Amino acid sequence: MSPRPLDHEDPDRLYTVTGGRSRADENSLDLVTLIVSECDAAQGMQSEYVRIIEMCGRPMAVAEISAALRLPVGIVKILLCDLLDAGQVTARNPASAPAQLPDPKTLKQVLVGLRKL
Amino acid sequence: MDSASSEIAAYTPLRSTVDTGLKIVIVGGFGVGKTTMVSSVSEIRPLSTEETMTRAGIGIDDAGGVQDKATTTVAFDFGRITLNDRMVLYLFGAPGQQRFWFLWDRLFAGSLGAVVLVDTRRLTESWYAIDRLEHHKMPFIVVRNNFEGAPVHPLEHVRDALDLSDDVPLIDCDARRRDSCKGALITLVDHLYAMSAAREKTP
Repeated sequence: MSPRPLDHEDPDRLYTVTGGRSRADENSLDLVTLIVSECDAAQGMQSEYVRIIEMCGRPMAVAEISAALRLPVGIVKILLCDLLDAGQVTARNPASAPAQLPDPKTLKQVLVGLRKL
Repeated sequence: MDSASSEIAAYTPLRSTVDTGLKIVIVGGFGVGKTTMVSSVSEIRPLSTEETMTRAGIGIDDAGGVQDKATTTVAFDFGRITLNDRMVLYLFGAPGQQRFWFLWDRLFAGSLGAVVLVDTRRLTESWYAIDRLEHHKMPFIVVRNNFEGAPVHPLEHVRDALDLSDDVPLIDCDARRRDSCKGALITLVDHLYAMSAAREKTP
């Protein structure tokens, strides 16, 4: 397993990028919620916001953004909530209700897609 | 840092029409082949990320103790399969160890289902994972990874050893082979489809 970036991460940086907050509205964002930019990055924006806006020109999952920024998922969710509140990004497919089996129609589409692999 | 920027450079963006992200979790102990399986079917080179949780959040911290900032970090790999113009499936490799399950609800609630990847030399390592999946009511199948040649024991021995009920699919796989991993995913989704269709029929 590759070394975990956080092992060498300065905790102060994690504190700084989120402005010291520790909780996002987690229910609104899933690992696979797709994020899309709705504007261009503006001058003077915090660098993490700029990177998110730049990389989400095409849809990108929360997990992918977390991997690209090398920041834990929880931290990325906090940043994304800020951008969502400001209307600078939008989210597709907000988290579905947990512990609920998807409908047969969705599963059929998944099967068709997998068989084409 | 160099590897980080090359990861982004090599990153293939999703189609702009994609609007539905789905996830399947591959659960297994260290070295059982989770990342190999993800690599075999993923359209991107597997990415790695992590989630952290403070000990206080886990509930095992002594609240009266030293207020250190100790956190539990769980790293996990994932890959991606674009299913059609609208749907994309993410495959997450999840470590089976105990500390990981504290994060299950935060990370993997809402998954379609799970693949429990087992290594017959260390079957007992899978007991805990199977118990937790049942607890979380997450549908799953069990896949034996035969990465070192032909299996020694018949699959039914594995079923007995894991005390799996008959309705849980159990199959063989070679995690290095794309078609084999594809077959495992299809087995899982077939199983989910059967469960979902049966539930729709019951009033």
